[in-house]
Amino acid sequence: MTTPIIEMRGIMKRFGAVQALNNVNFHLMPGEILGLVGDNSAGKSTLMKVMTGAYQRDAGEVLVNGEETHFRSPHESRDRGIEMIYQDFALCGNMDVGQNIFLGRWPRRFGLFVDRPKMYEEARQVLGRLKVDVNSVFQKVESLSGGRQQSVAIARAISFEPKVIIFDEPTANLSVMATERLLETMAELKRQGVAQVIISHRLTDIFEVGDRIMVLKRGENVGDRYIAHTSEKEVLELIVSGTPDTALTADEALKQAA
Amino acid sequence: MMASETSSAPAGALKTGDFANVGRAAWWQRGFFASQTAYVAAALIAIVIVMALMSPAFLSAGNVANVAKNFSFIGIVTLGMTLVIVTGGIDLSVGSVMALSAIACAMAMQALASTGLAGVPFATMTLAIAAGLGVAVLVGLANGLLVARVGLSPFVTTLGMLSIARGLAYAVTEGRGQTPAGPDLDAFYAFTDGTILGVPMAVIYLLGLAAILGVVLHHTAFGRHVFALGGNEKAAALTGISVERVKVSVYVLCSLSAGFAGILMTGWLGSAPANLATGYELTIIAAAVIGGANLAGGIGGPAGAVIGALLIEVIRNGLVLAGINAYWQIVLVGMIIILAVLVDRLRSGRAA
Repeated sequence: MTTPIIEMRGIMKRFGAVQALNNVNFHLMPGEILGLVGDNSAGKSTLMKVMTGAYQRDAGEVLVNGEETHFRSPHESRDRGIEMIYQDFALCGNMDVGQNIFLGRWPRRFGLFVDRPKMYEEARQVLGRLKVDVNSVFQKVESLSGGRQQSVAIARAISFEPKVIIFDEPTANLSVMATERLLETMAELKRQGVAQVIISHRLTDIFEVGDRIMVLKRGENVGDRYIAHTSEKEVLELIVSGTPDTALTADEALKQAA
Repeated sequence: MMASETSSAPAGALKTGDFANVGRAAWWQRGFFASQTAYVAAALIAIVIVMALMSPAFLSAGNVANVAKNFSFIGIVTLGMTLVIVTGGIDLSVGSVMALSAIACAMAMQALASTGLAGVPFATMTLAIAAGLGVAVLVGLANGLLVARVGLSPFVTTLGMLSIARGLAYAVTEGRGQTPAGPDLDAFYAFTDGTILGVPMAVIYLLGLAAILGVVLHHTAFGRHVFALGGNEKAAALTGISVERVKVSVYVLCSLSAGFAGILMTGWLGSAPANLATGYELTIIAAAVIGGANLAGGIGGPAGAVIGALLIEVIRNGLVLAGINAYWQIVLVGMIIILAVLVDRLRSGRAA
């Protein structure tokens, strides 16, 4: 069996009186698209933020390619190839597409001046690789629609050449067309070998591109399933009435069904 | 906003594909020409023409030099203020810093005049100016650290500093104006209040600093960081920009511009009174806003700062020449602030 690109074991995280994550296990295989679902406050975003180092875990292990890690901030996990795309995209609306893609790490001349021609050229290359629909690297980001702003955020993420991309509620504010395009982009990234986690309430989207779906409930595992061997109905049942005691992993569920 | 945010390079050979309906705006609808700064520049030219027609004295060499010098002090600080405003902050302490730096400079010159350094050419002047600027840096550092590291609101922090710096200015002088003195007095006046080829030094400093700021803001990584901070501070931090360092830097630079302008005013007035530049912070913020700096952050530039400061002075001067009560100037400046922002709102509303 291949080593998961990310594995988390026994993750505990408490915010004051709330046990946000209780003994959560998680794994992500190279090139896999994993849907992470659950009701509000199930701990989906918290688990991902523990993974990137945005939050510090109270207990448990985070392994990248089998090596234990202790990321103190998202910058450190970025160095190991993990990128998170936030719900609000984290873009600077007053700056253009090219500058946003390389926000804070623009190519420089003499270490001091921003090398604009090189920046725009590299921005075009990144956008080309993504096959997205931003028509000019000179457009101001605030003049773009939500879907295109997201494309810029994705372009920035892939410019770091990540192995793993986490999408936090990527389709929440997108039109039907933009959602379709995003799912195509995710499939394209998968072809390029990028593992992805998609946090979403929209099961339809996950069933369209995902390989596996994992359900959290009140900070605990209630099971995961292979998309090819499950249905939206079964996943909904897990979300509503799953318990940690009855949780089956995708492989266990597959064996039981056989 | 300065030109070239969106217009500096050719669009290149990007495939437009399905997006053939998205073209580039006409040249007069993008970049500098689409900015509030351009509208205000046009208004400024119109006002100058009207003033010149109404009063022949307006364009006389003497009056032009007078206007140029008067607006330069405000303009220099407006450059620094613009930098702070672009990051989404504000600095209310600049007027007080002008006074405190001017006083520190004058008092240092007096004190050094009786030391052994008096024999060294330009030593007392250089050290006195350094003392004045040093005080400004300290105030800016205090502002910046309180805002960036402690996380206090810029408005409240610098409002407190306005009072502290002004209070110190009165306390150390006991309310008496300080006169520069010592062996370098002539050099000091030449440096602060002289002319080169008939152009007042203050104007030369203003234009020089504006040019430097333009290059820094638009072509250096630091300048881009300033804009990124004003656009989305959280995003800037997430991508690894040292938000704290950039913020402290802009408050220090703003304070430094105020200190420098205060020292120049000392040369102009021949004295550093404790009430120097009282209330200037509002004129300076007004100049920045009229010139197109957006108090919400992310937009602004040196051209706007210079044009905004010049517009206010031209109106003030014009009303004086026209024999209109000087108090109306204050009313008019207020109306222009609102008008400038209103025109920009109407224009961008139409463009959207």
